[in-house]
Amino acid sequence: MSMADQRSTSALLYLSGVTVSFDGFEALSNLSLLVEPGEMRAIIGPNGAGKTTMMDVVTGKTRPDEGEVVFDGKADLTKLDEADIATLGIGRKFQKPTVFENHTVRDNLLLALAGLRSWYKLLLASPTKLENDRLNEILSIVRMEAQQNMLAARLSHGQKQWLEIGMLLAQDPKLLLVDEPVAGMTDVETETTAQVLREINKTHSVVVVEHDMSFVRALGVKVTVLHEGSMLAEGTFDQVSADPRVVEVYLGR
Amino acid sequence: MITRFLWQGLSRNLRLFVLLVLLVGVALPVLNQLVPPSQPLHVPAWMLQLIGKYLCYALLALAVDLVWGFCGILSLGHGAFFALGGYCMGMYLLRQIGSRGVYGNPILPDFMVFLNYKELPWFWHGFDQFWFAAIMIVVVPSLLALALGWFAFRSRVTGVYLSIITQAMTFALMLAFFRNDMGLGGNNGMTDFKDILGFSVQADSTRAALCFASALALALGLVISAAVVGSRFGKALTAVRDAESRMRFLGYRVEGYKLFVFVLSAAMAGVAGAIYVPQVGIINPSEFSPANSIEAVIWVAVGGRGTLIGPVIGAFLVNWGKTYLTGALPEVWLFALGTLFVAVTLFLPKGVVGLWSQVRSRGVTRKARVPA
Amino acid sequence: MNLLRRLAVLLSALTALSIGTATMAADLTALVANLTVGGFGEREAAIGALAASGDARAAPILEALGAGRLYVRKADKVVVIAKSEGNQLVLTDAVTGKAAGSAIEAELDRVRVNNRLRGVIDAAVGSLTLMNPDPRVRRGAAESLLKRPDPAALAALDAALAAEKDVRVKAAFSQARAAVVLASDASKADKLAALQVLRDRSDRDALSALQAAANVATDPEIKVAAADASASVRQTLAVWEAAQNVWYGISLGSVLLLAAIGLAITFGTMGVINMAHGEMVMLGAYTTFVVQDVIRTSAPHLFDASLLIALPLAFLVAGAVGIAIERGVIRFLYGRPLETLLATWGLSLVLQQAVRSIFGPTNREVGAPSWMSGAFQVGQITVTYSRLWIVIFALVVFAALILVLRKTPLGLYMRAVTQNRPMASAMGIRTPRVDALTFGLGSGIAGLAGVALSQIDNVSPNLGQGYIIDSFMVVVFGGVGNLFGTLVGALSLGIVNKFLEPYAGAVLGKILVLVFIILFIQRRPRGLFALKGRAVE
Repeated sequence: MSMADQRSTSALLYLSGVTVSFDGFEALSNLSLLVEPGEMRAIIGPNGAGKTTMMDVVTGKTRPDEGEVVFDGKADLTKLDEADIATLGIGRKFQKPTVFENHTVRDNLLLALAGLRSWYKLLLASPTKLENDRLNEILSIVRMEAQQNMLAARLSHGQKQWLEIGMLLAQDPKLLLVDEPVAGMTDVETETTAQVLREINKTHSVVVVEHDMSFVRALGVKVTVLHEGSMLAEGTFDQVSADPRVVEVYLGR
Repeated sequence: MITRFLWQGLSRNLRLFVLLVLLVGVALPVLNQLVPPSQPLHVPAWMLQLIGKYLCYALLALAVDLVWGFCGILSLGHGAFFALGGYCMGMYLLRQIGSRGVYGNPILPDFMVFLNYKELPWFWHGFDQFWFAAIMIVVVPSLLALALGWFAFRSRVTGVYLSIITQAMTFALMLAFFRNDMGLGGNNGMTDFKDILGFSVQADSTRAALCFASALALALGLVISAAVVGSRFGKALTAVRDAESRMRFLGYRVEGYKLFVFVLSAAMAGVAGAIYVPQVGIINPSEFSPANSIEAVIWVAVGGRGTLIGPVIGAFLVNWGKTYLTGALPEVWLFALGTLFVAVTLFLPKGVVGLWSQVRSRGVTRKARVPA
Repeated sequence: MNLLRRLAVLLSALTALSIGTATMAADLTALVANLTVGGFGEREAAIGALAASGDARAAPILEALGAGRLYVRKADKVVVIAKSEGNQLVLTDAVTGKAAGSAIEAELDRVRVNNRLRGVIDAAVGSLTLMNPDPRVRRGAAESLLKRPDPAALAALDAALAAEKDVRVKAAFSQARAAVVLASDASKADKLAALQVLRDRSDRDALSALQAAANVATDPEIKVAAADASASVRQTLAVWEAAQNVWYGISLGSVLLLAAIGLAITFGTMGVINMAHGEMVMLGAYTTFVVQDVIRTSAPHLFDASLLIALPLAFLVAGAVGIAIERGVIRFLYGRPLETLLATWGLSLVLQQAVRSIFGPTNREVGAPSWMSGAFQVGQITVTYSRLWIVIFALVVFAALILVLRKTPLGLYMRAVTQNRPMASAMGIRTPRVDALTFGLGSGIAGLAGVALSQIDNVSPNLGQGYIIDSFMVVVFGGVGNLFGTLVGALSLGIVNKFLEPYAGAVLGKILVLVFIILFIQRRPRGLFALKGRAVE
C-alpha cells in the first residue's frame, strides 16, 4: 500500500489491480498501468482485450469491482463520476466523431471550452472577451474560421474530425484518452492524425487505444499490450512485437 | 440584468409572436366588453372562455416542449403538474365560497361537510388567501418535479423509461385523487365556484379578465422560455438532448440542467392549470388521466417540437379540431386524434412549423438530424 | 329372458317401495294436518311433533311453512306448497310431493306463522336435516349449528352422531356438538373436551364459538382454556390468511403475467414501445365475445368449448392486427422509441374507437363455461375454478413461449436478429419478416391473454387501458429482455399488492406499488434481472 502511494504520487494516471466483470465475464482482470506526466502511451490488444473498458473505468463510466484508479497523485477516480473526472482534466475522444450536430461550429467549441460548467452560472453568462479570443485562436488552429457559424451537421466527415480536435484543445485536458483514432482512415489521413497527436502531446499527456499496428509503430511511443483484461507486455514497439506471447496472441498458433 | 436575460432569447419572429398573443389577449376581452352584442365585431363570452382555455393549453404545450423539444425528456406526466396547479386554484376558489355553500359551513367546503369532516385538513390552511394559493400553484408542481427529477436524473433514467415513469406518476396521482380520504373532493373534484378575488367567476367581465390573464401568462412563458433556451444554458441544454454522454465527458453535470428545466416546465404547467380552472369551473381527478398528458404531447408534435411557436400553434390547431369534431362528429374525434398521432410521427416529424420553414427555404435542405 | 327377470325384480321393488311410503304417508298426513289447525301454541307443538318424526319429507314442508308458502286448499282441505308463477300459484301436495295443479290466492288459506314460530321452525329444520339422506345437506346442517349453537339440538345431534357413517359428516357433527356443548350447561370435562375439538378445527367459525365460550364461561379454568384455544386458532388463521394472500397474489400475478408477457416480447426483445398492447388484449376479449355470440345462436351445445375455440382465433386476430401495425407503422420508426410510443398510442385510440363503433361503448357479456364456474376449498382457502384456470393458463402460455423461443427456427431467428441485426441479415435471415413475426407473436399472446381476462374483467373498449401501465411496470421491474424476469416480476408484484391491500386498501396499495416501482427503477434502471454489460448504451 505504501509503495502504491509512492508510485501513484509521481504518475499522472495510476491503475492498480483493476478488475471489472460483467455477468461473470471478466472484462478487466487485475490490470495495472502507469502513465507519466507528459507521456504518450499506445495501448493495443485484440478485440475483447479490455481496451474500451479500461477507458470507461478511467472516465468514470464504469465502476471497477476492485482496484485503485488514481489521477494526478490525489484524485481517486473510482469515487467520481464522468463530470467530475472531466473537470479534473481527463478528456476523451470517441472512435466515432461526436460533435453537437444542431449547434454551430463556434458553439461546439464554446461548449467544450474549459471553464463554466454549472447550469445556474450559464443561465446568465455570455462569452467573455477572453473566451472569444480563445475560440478565435482555436478556430484558426483547426482552420475552420470560415465555417464557424455553420451547423456541425453540415460538416464533412473530415471537418467533423477537425472540429473534434478543436473541441479537445478547447477542453484543454491534462490527460487525453483517444479511442481508435484512425479506424476507417486512409493512409494519408492516418499520417496526419499521427502528426496531430504528436503535436497535442507537446502540451498534454495522451493515451491512444488502437489496434492498427502500423499506426502504433508510426507513433513511436511506449506500448502496452492488453490481453484478456490484463497486461501482457509493455515496452517499445520493437520490444513488444518481438515478444513471443504477443505474437501468439496476435497471430494465433 | 434580468431584463437583459429576458431579452436575449427573443428573436424578431418571436417578438412578433409574443405581441400577437398579447394582442389577442387584449382585443378579445375589449371586443367582448366594449362592443355591444348587436355589433358584428362583438365577441361572445363563450368564445372568450374557449380562447382562454386554448391559451392555457398552449402554455401547457410550451411547458412540455421545453423539456421534450429542448432537453429530450418526453414527459407523459405533465398533465399532473397542470392538474396540481388547478387543484391549488380550486382549493382557493372553494374557500372563497365561504358560507354560501349548500351546507352553509363558513369554513368547511361542502364535500367535507358531506364526508363528516370536523375540521379543515392541515394542507387546506392558507388557501383562503390568494397570495398563498398563487405561491402554491408554482411551488407544489415544482416540488413534485424536483423530487421525481432528482431521483430519475441522478439514476440516469432516460428515454422511454423516463416517459413510462412519468406516466405511472400521473396514473398513481389520479388513483390517489379519486380517493375521498385525500380530502380533495375525491371523485367529484371541486366545482360550483363563486368568486375569484372578489369577482364572480360567472360574470362576463371576469371571463374577459381571465382570458387576458391566460394570454399574459402565455406571453410570459414564451419570453422566459426564449430567454432560457437562448442563453448559454440553452446551448448546453440542447447539447444534452443530442449527446448526453458527450456532455458528461466534457465535464457538464447533466442532472442539474435537466432538473432545472424540468422544474421550470412543471411550474409553467401548474400556472396554466391554475388559470384554466376558474375558466372551466371544475377540477377533478380525471385531469390526471394519462391520456390528457399524452394529448398535450401531440399538440407539441403537431406544432413542431424544439421551437417555441410550434407548441402554441399545435395546441390551438388540435384543440380547435377537437372542439369542432366532438361537436359535429363525436364518433370521428378519436379516429382523427389517433390518426394524427401516427401521421405526425411518420410524415411530419418537425411539425407544422418545421414544414413551414421547409417550404420557405425551398430546396435548401438541412441535414440537421431531428432529435429523438 | 334375462331382461324379463330384471324387470320383474324392479317391479316388485317398486311396489314394496310404494306400499312403504303409503303407510308412512298416512302418519305424515296427520302430522301435517295438525300444522294447519288451532292457534300458534298448537302449531308450535305440531311443528315439534313433525320434526320429531324424523321424516326426511318434513323438512321441505317446514321450510315452506317458515317462508309462508304452505296453504290449505279450501275446496278439499289438502295441504299444499305453493310457488308463484305469474299471477297463478303452482301447487304441490305437501305430503306426497306430487304436482297438485294451480290456483289463485283466493282459493287457498295460508297457514300463518309469526316470528317466534319462524325461530322454532328454523331449529326444527336444522335438526331434521341432520337426518337428511344427502351427506352434503347433513354437513350443511352441522355447519349452521356450529355458527348458531342451540343447546336444544344436543339430543338430535347425539342421535345423528351415533347413526352417522360418513367420516367427514361425523367430524362436522362432533364439531357442531362441541359448539353446542359449549353453549349448553354441560359438565366441565365435556366442555374442556369440546374446546379441544374446536381448537383442532381451527377456522373462523371455531374461533367465534371459542370466543363466545370464553366470554360466557364462569369457570376460570374453562375461560383460560377457551382463551388459549382461541389464541391458537387465531394463529392458525393468520397462517391461512397469509397463504390465502399468497394465492390471491399468484392469481393477480398470473393476470399481470398474461398481460405483460406479450409486451415482454415486443418491448423486451425488440425494444418497441407498443402502447397499443392493451388493445391487443382487448381484441382478444372481443374475439371471445364474438365466438360465444355465434355459439349461442347456432351451436349452444358447444358453449363449454367456447373458450377453447376462441383461443386460436384470438391469437390470429390480435397477431394479424399486430403484424399490420408493425408493417404499416412501426417499421418506419425503428430506433426512434419516443416516436414509436406516440404513434402506437394513436393506434390504440383508433382501435378503441373502432371497437366502440362496432360493439358499442357498454360492457359486453362474456359467459363462463361450466368447468370454470364454482369453487373448492383447500384447507381454509377458497379457490375459484376461473382463477385456478387462469393461473394454469398463464403458466402454460409462458412455458409455450419459452419453448417457441428456444426450440423453433422462428425463436432462433428472433434471438439472432435481436442480438446482431446486420449479422443476422448477412446470414440470409430476412430480418423484416422476423420483425413482423416477432411483433405478431407478441400481439397474438396479448390476444390469448384477452381470452382469459374476458373471464374476470369487463369486456369494454377500455379493457386494455387498465393493463398497459401495469404491464410496462412488470416488464421493466423484471428486467427488460428477460422472460423469467417478467415471470418473477409479475408474481412478486401480484403478491406484494395483495399483502398491502389489507393494510392500505386496494387503491392505496396499488399506488404504493407504483411508487415502489418508480423508486425501484431509479435504483436499478435495468430491472431485477438486468443484463449487465458495457454494450447497454
